[in-house]
Amino acid sequence: MTFDSTVLILVTVISAATPLLYAALGELVVERSGVLNLGIEGMMLVGAVTAFGVTVTTGSAALGILAAALAGASMALAFGILTLSLTSNQVATGLALTIFGIGLSALVGSGFVGIPVERLHRLQIPGLSDLPVIGPLLFEHDVLVYLSVLATAGVAWFLTRTRAGMILRAVGESDVSAHSIGYDVILVRYLAVLFGGMMAGLGGAFLSLSYTPMWAEEMTAGRGWIAVALVVFSSWRPGRLFLGAYLFGGVTILQLYAQGSGGILGLPAQVLSMMPYVATIVVLAIIAGGPWKGRLDAPACLGKPFRPAT
Amino acid sequence: MSLRIEARPEISRRLLYVTPVLAVALTVLAGFLLFLLMGYDPLAALYHFFISPLASLYGLSELAVKAAPLIIIGVGLAMGFRASVWNIGAEGQLTVGAIAGGGIALVFWGQDGTWILPLMCLAGVLGGMAYAAIPAFLKTRLDVNEILTSLMLTYVATLLLSMLVYGPWRDPDGFGFPQSRLFMDSALLPIILEGTRLHLGVAVALFVAVAAWVLMTRTVIGFQIKVVGQAPAAAAYAGFHRKRVIWLCLLTSGGLAGLAGLFEIAGPIGQLIPILTPGYGFTAIIVAFLGRLHPLGIIASGLLVALSYIGGENAQVEVGLPQAVTGVFQGLLLFFLLATDFVTKYRLRYVSARREVARA
Repeated sequence: MTFDSTVLILVTVISAATPLLYAALGELVVERSGVLNLGIEGMMLVGAVTAFGVTVTTGSAALGILAAALAGASMALAFGILTLSLTSNQVATGLALTIFGIGLSALVGSGFVGIPVERLHRLQIPGLSDLPVIGPLLFEHDVLVYLSVLATAGVAWFLTRTRAGMILRAVGESDVSAHSIGYDVILVRYLAVLFGGMMAGLGGAFLSLSYTPMWAEEMTAGRGWIAVALVVFSSWRPGRLFLGAYLFGGVTILQLYAQGSGGILGLPAQVLSMMPYVATIVVLAIIAGGPWKGRLDAPACLGKPFRPAT
Repeated sequence: MSLRIEARPEISRRLLYVTPVLAVALTVLAGFLLFLLMGYDPLAALYHFFISPLASLYGLSELAVKAAPLIIIGVGLAMGFRASVWNIGAEGQLTVGAIAGGGIALVFWGQDGTWILPLMCLAGVLGGMAYAAIPAFLKTRLDVNEILTSLMLTYVATLLLSMLVYGPWRDPDGFGFPQSRLFMDSALLPIILEGTRLHLGVAVALFVAVAAWVLMTRTVIGFQIKVVGQAPAAAAYAGFHRKRVIWLCLLTSGGLAGLAGLFEIAGPIGQLIPILTPGYGFTAIIVAFLGRLHPLGIIASGLLVALSYIGGENAQVEVGLPQAVTGVFQGLLLFFLLATDFVTKYRLRYVSARREVARA
């Protein structure tokens, strides 16, 4: 393996990690506020098809990305109305959101299958992009990659250093106490859920505009679910989430690369394709069974419906 | 005087069975608007979706053929949902059941024997159970979320099936198509009604639902499942073993999903192919909820959701609706059901001014 191809592989790892990072980062904030939204897969798909459709019809990728964020947020709004205002079961509603999203995106996207779209423009930073190794590795990505890194830092800062972030965490840890000292639990959760939907939409937009610039039914291939697992893996901390997303990006690319170069040990391609899914299960098991067991720090009110007594 | 939303002292039983009907009505209404928006004649589209598939004996038999796996899987899942055990990997367990049972059919290919089919059924159930045992083990031993593990295993199972039918199990006379040999007659389910695809599995589906109903309402195990789900603390106090209930629910739902998978390949399909179902394992989740997690309710909801599949196909042929409309309908149905649940838990009440003052 030459040096150049190693750099090339690392660049694709960043690509593979980015959609996971978006979706998982959104879900992390949602879960920190005490809500479990299992509809990420559906929101990502709707984001992906919206980004693709708007970009193809208007010719503007910026509009496509914006529309994807809005589409993800509207899906999340439906989830919010059901779980927060109508106190429906969060697990069941999340599943409904995913099933609905798969169907809706397939319906909307039926006219877009097989149409090409120009890959998201890679930013060239004068001077930096021309550096050997570092240049292609760090300074030749599209805007969504940079935004995902910024968003990670932003979420970390928000949760630990801002008043609003503290309130959000308080709501997730004890909705009753937060309510009794005057915070609007439902409003905080709505905002968190909308943010989660927006981020899932952006993750979907990255898939259909940059990672594989096209639309295909169920093109997320379980990434929304891997994102949920990543949040557990990170024990609800943005820094670890970043590492986790890149780790999984690495696993995805490793198996793709192994398939491309004729496989390992004569294993069929399908066995290699199983790797990201098996890795998710193994990682979850290790996390749950490891020495840090019991210190996972899941938000105490995660998944519990709340309705203020009037 | 003002309107006030307040919690009902207990969930309204009457509304619990009215709301699914309301949800169906809302879904049809949403469908009407959707078709109008998409530029179709909404009444014609709805007619071809919901009514014309039922106008013939063949249509009715197809409805039962599609409903059977949904009912079998839905009954198993509902048991788990009652105990807050969220097996959402039924599609994977279905696939592994089909692989196990289909393996038997292929190993004994060319042989005749009445024992082949029962052996396949056994393998199908055991295959599904074994696959569901993985999330059960991880859940009870390490407290790993069963939603994530069972779902990840679904992707693994689909790839496993693909590996087999593209590789060692590919039909040697199949011109390279990714499919197994067609099963011998001895490995196929008997047809109940001549001229249709109505197979023995449909009768088994009804039997499964009734048996589950008896289990849930007439036995201690059924009682334990309900208590563990509704009042975990009370269950622990009463000495019910939560872990045992988790194992029981996952093994039962996995085994039933495996059986449903076996019925698909030994019934309508007749061989192993890379994609066995249009997502029955996931749709069965909707079926379970729409049937109010009640085995007999699930028979009705299974038939209704099966209609959405047949209606979708029919409307595609008759008026050119995209197939994806089926998925949208199914998602909407579950949405509306969850939304209308609100009225079973809460009620609107007029509160008079005098009582307002008294409260204040």
